[in-house]
Amino acid sequence: MGHATYALAMHRFANPARFLRLAAVVQPWAAGIAVIGFVAGLYWALVASPPDYQQGDTVRIMYIHVPAAWMSLFVYSSMAVAAAVALIWRHPLAEVYARAAAPLGAGFTLVCLATGSLWGEPMWGTWWVWDARLTSVLILFFLYLGYMALVDAFDDPTRGNRAGCILLLVGAVNVPIIKFSVDWWNTLHQPASVFRMGGPTIHADMLWPLLALAIAFKAYFAAVVITRMRAELLARKVQALRLAQASQAAE
Amino acid sequence: MMTRKKRRLYVVLLALLGLGTAAALTLSAFEENIVFFYSPSDLGARPPGDRSVRIGGLVAEGSITKQADGMTTVFQVTDMSATVPVRYTGILPDLFREGQGVVAEGRLGPDGVFVAREVLARHDENYMPPEVADALKRAGQFKPEVPGKPVYETSTTGDKVHATTTLKQ
Repeated sequence: MGHATYALAMHRFANPARFLRLAAVVQPWAAGIAVIGFVAGLYWALVASPPDYQQGDTVRIMYIHVPAAWMSLFVYSSMAVAAAVALIWRHPLAEVYARAAAPLGAGFTLVCLATGSLWGEPMWGTWWVWDARLTSVLILFFLYLGYMALVDAFDDPTRGNRAGCILLLVGAVNVPIIKFSVDWWNTLHQPASVFRMGGPTIHADMLWPLLALAIAFKAYFAAVVITRMRAELLARKVQALRLAQASQAAE
Repeated sequence: MMTRKKRRLYVVLLALLGLGTAAALTLSAFEENIVFFYSPSDLGARPPGDRSVRIGGLVAEGSITKQADGMTTVFQVTDMSATVPVRYTGILPDLFREGQGVVAEGRLGPDGVFVAREVLARHDENYMPPEVADALKRAGQFKPEVPGKPVYETSTTGDKVHATTTLKQ
């Protein structure tokens, strides 16, 4: 009984028509929150927040670097869950989501790596080191690229998606490694400041603009991933109609 | 009777469990190679000999001295249980100061002085406005955190003291 209602809910969610109706409602809200969040958050972070006691104004790179890093992990984790749903329950929307989210996740990871490098040079005295945190995030970036290359590497899209989903699940091992690398091993990268036992070690005047930008990043992702999923679903519909027309003409 | 969905669910869960275990075993076996730096205590516990290693700790208070050539700096790196004198010739990062986290790469000389080839600054996870830091300093509650932790277990207190004294000569 409980299982049946659960399965029903999953099917409802996975129904593309229902998804498209929901997406049409959510998308403008997400886009609006993203625009307001970026304008307000960037002003707050770059102008209105205090400098850091040891890093001075260079600390402002954090307001881009940290939300991008969070998104790189969040997007990959959500894609790995979608991959499991696609492999086990064969819901078509799960694969559509993973394909739509991949370039966005890769973009966030690239922003995280680039801003981290720009931040590392003035503070640490180096653009790059092979410590556990930096290396595992670079591997995350390659996982995104590998997934995008793999799903399009087969003539049969079903096989491409299957292979891509397996890669996503294998790569999910890297997610806790990234998160805890700074606790498990001595790294040049400092430990977590926000999501840690004992609460944030970042002053409230800096934490709030950071969270505002984190919301802006997430809303931006939601708005764009919905647009990409709609485009993919429409493209599939067009292809199905073309096939139907072609078979009718052949008769 | 198992449905196909249920079977796929178990296969995925088992595969993830196996993969996670394999990753955990591999990473814990290679801990020594994955750490970016060792603590000053590690130099005493397992002397690196002629190998180039990185050590990380805090720049000890009052330990920075500039040599006559203007380019060479001598300072001490401490993890609060062991301290190593470090000599470095070159430009130091802006954040380099007493009480600051630091990672130095180089070799431990026979005289117990660590000759660094590269010195990087390492900051901790605390972010605050300068006024707040000043207030904490005035209240005596400002404690810079020691970066990282020793990789090798230091067996006894006597051992640590021995390591410190030999390195300090």
